[in-house]
Amino acid sequence: MSKYVLIYKGFERFWHWMQAILVLFLAFTGFEIHGTYSFLGFHEAVTYHNIAAYLFLGLTIFAIFWHLTTGEYKQYIPTFKNIKAQLDFYLFGIFRNAPHPTKKTLLSKLNPLQRLTYFGLKIVLIPATILTGILYMFYRYPTRYGIEAINISSLKAIAIIHTASAIMLVTFLIVHLYLITTGTTITSNLKEMLTGYEEIEEEEENKNGE
Amino acid sequence: MRNIFIILTFLAIFLIAGIALLKNKEVEKPLLLQLKEKYAPKPEKKKVEHAKFENLNKKFKEPQEVTKECESCHNLTADEIMKSNHYNWEREEYMKRRGVIYLGKKNAVNNYCIASHGNEKSCAKCHVGLGLDKDGNIFTDPANIDCMVCHDNTETYMKAPEKGGEPVKTLDFEKIAQNVGKPKRSNCGVCHFYGGGGNNVKHGDLEMAQFSPTKDVDVHMGVDSVNMQCVDCHKTKEHNISGKLYSLSSMNRDRATCEECHTSTPHEEELINEHTLKVSCQACHIPIYAKVNSTKLYWDWSTAGKLKNGEPYVEEDEDGNHKYMSIKGSFVWGKNLKPDYVWFNGTASHYLAGDKVENPSEQLVLNPLYGSYNDEDSKIIPVKIHIAKQPFDPVNKIVIMPKLYDPEKGVGAFWKDFDWVKASEVGMKEQGLPFSGKVDFIETKMYWPVNHMVSTKENSVQCAECHTRKGSRIANLTDFYIPGRDFSKIVDRGGLLMIIFAFLGVFAHGGGRIYAHYYRARRGK
Ligand code: HEM
Repeated sequence: MSKYVLIYKGFERFWHWMQAILVLFLAFTGFEIHGTYSFLGFHEAVTYHNIAAYLFLGLTIFAIFWHLTTGEYKQYIPTFKNIKAQLDFYLFGIFRNAPHPTKKTLLSKLNPLQRLTYFGLKIVLIPATILTGILYMFYRYPTRYGIEAINISSLKAIAIIHTASAIMLVTFLIVHLYLITTGTTITSNLKEMLTGYEEIEEEEENKNGE
Repeated sequence: MRNIFIILTFLAIFLIAGIALLKNKEVEKPLLLQLKEKYAPKPEKKKVEHAKFENLNKKFKEPQEVTKECESCHNLTADEIMKSNHYNWEREEYMKRRGVIYLGKKNAVNNYCIASHGNEKSCAKCHVGLGLDKDGNIFTDPANIDCMVCHDNTETYMKAPEKGGEPVKTLDFEKIAQNVGKPKRSNCGVCHFYGGGGNNVKHGDLEMAQFSPTKDVDVHMGVDSVNMQCVDCHKTKEHNISGKLYSLSSMNRDRATCEECHTSTPHEEELINEHTLKVSCQACHIPIYAKVNSTKLYWDWSTAGKLKNGEPYVEEDEDGNHKYMSIKGSFVWGKNLKPDYVWFNGTASHYLAGDKVENPSEQLVLNPLYGSYNDEDSKIIPVKIHIAKQPFDPVNKIVIMPKLYDPEKGVGAFWKDFDWVKASEVGMKEQGLPFSGKVDFIETKMYWPVNHMVSTKENSVQCAECHTRKGSRIANLTDFYIPGRDFSKIVDRGGLLMIIFAFLGVFAHGGGRIYAHYYRARRGK
């Protein structure tokens, strides 16, 4: 017997997919600004990057608020329990068709490796990108309005950190897209994130529930 | 009931606010439109009709007679003129590490015709005085102010060549005196378009095409545009005309700026307005200069003096510009040029007559412009760069100011006798400077800020002309980071490597899974 459990709530899915679209778009326009290629034209790339950046910022603020008020942030607190088992799975078990060592439950829907990665993503990489992005946008203003104390004399460090974190985000995306296929079946993870529902063995649920 | 009341109140507030906002917009016209209306050509309303003055209704033999009549009414103006740099050929300037100096005819050195001292009779053609005394000094008698050269509105006034500033004596002074007015482009242009000894030689952005240019050449002066006159921007107070040329200025004052009319944030787009903090208006709005006729870019004095059958000669290039002149040497000209770009905060320094050159093997910059990214007052400005090889005394290590012009042969003037040593000896003696008897040539550089020939906004410099890795217009300004042009090699290479490894990892892992899958499937069977 198995049953369907809502594991990713509406807002969570909306947030996830909006974030996916925005980060892809920001990367696409960002690397044109960076000079990696030329497609939209510099002016357009900057304009659209800025618009998307504001949307991303708004989305992130909502997401932070949601995580804090629902307590969902606890899902991302790293645990080192089972981390070896999870690593073993990705390195060996997966080739032998071994079962996932950790079970998704409502209270713990991320495996230990995911927890660690997403924690890094949310605490380091995305904040670094957003913060340097905001500084990038506004660094000129201090001098303009004469606030000497927060005057930033050079864009260089800001821009380089922004670029570096953007490259890391892209790397994350590549690996992330691949790891989608490592669910129970190739497409099960994707389906879960689209519908929100995961098929969970009833007994197991009971066990966990006890 | 209460709810309806609240809703209605809110609706009313929105309505009022909306109307107020919309109405405001209608009232306030965009700045550019206001400016266009203000400066659009309209029939001039005269305050005074000079032709009706009796004392101007007579035959004048000498130009001084005209000046005296001017001064009989404008009885305090002579004072202003005689204090002005247009009359004195020098102005008080403060220079870093030098203090206050009088910069001008006595000490200025450039890399065109080098210096005016000893050559005044020829140079004074562009002087607002009516001639010089026999030693080449400016007269102190106010009757010798040349009012007409600036205020003649008939476009017939003309100075005689090599007469120290006297006009041609056959002019109809009566007609000119009766038709004086605000200076027109033609009044300023007769001198300022021909600096350096020919049309557009010096500036590159000021030339005879601007007597009546099209809009494409110059949006401001365009006869098919607003047809502005020089003095519309170069506002004048007590005959001191605003606007600075940094071949002869070193202070950030009395400049004629774009912002005076356009404000420093004239663009609709905030992103563009932000640029004005570090980028001058001219940098983007003058994408090319020397749009109609060529300007001089390189002047090699060291080849001057070659003669054919004992006679000086002239060679022209395919555009009809002088390529070689026995009296001046060889030239390189350029047309439709992209400016060079430098940081500039409005202050400059100057090589002055007699300065020792520390390192003559290096290019000597005659007018270093100060500025850098980190200097709050600096902006990127477009400049024309003029390079020259000019005579130099290798023993005393000073730039030579040779005597070039004299009506007579045998005095030592280079243009008559073609002898560098002689010309240098005479020139330096007149200047009161030592000369070793040896003539060498030194490479020098001058910056000429480009401020005119503003293009239409459609033709202004586009983002990607600077924000690009290859061929950025500001590729030489490396003291700051700009997106699109700059990047960290480490981050870019490291990043690429990381992405490649990510892909490799994904393919290896995925490949392993596919292989394992089929391996198991076969074994299972
Ligand atoms: C809220 C988030 C973000 C903000 C506020 C932001 C803001 C900016 C700004 C203002 C610029 C400079 C554009 C200019 O020239 O004016 C920029 C450049 C760039 N952005 Fe973002 N950005 C954000 C997120 C991202 C993301 C998620 C990525 C990629 C995954 C990204 C990649 C880039 C890249 C590669 C550049 C070019 C950097 C350079 O070459 O200097 N940005 N960003």
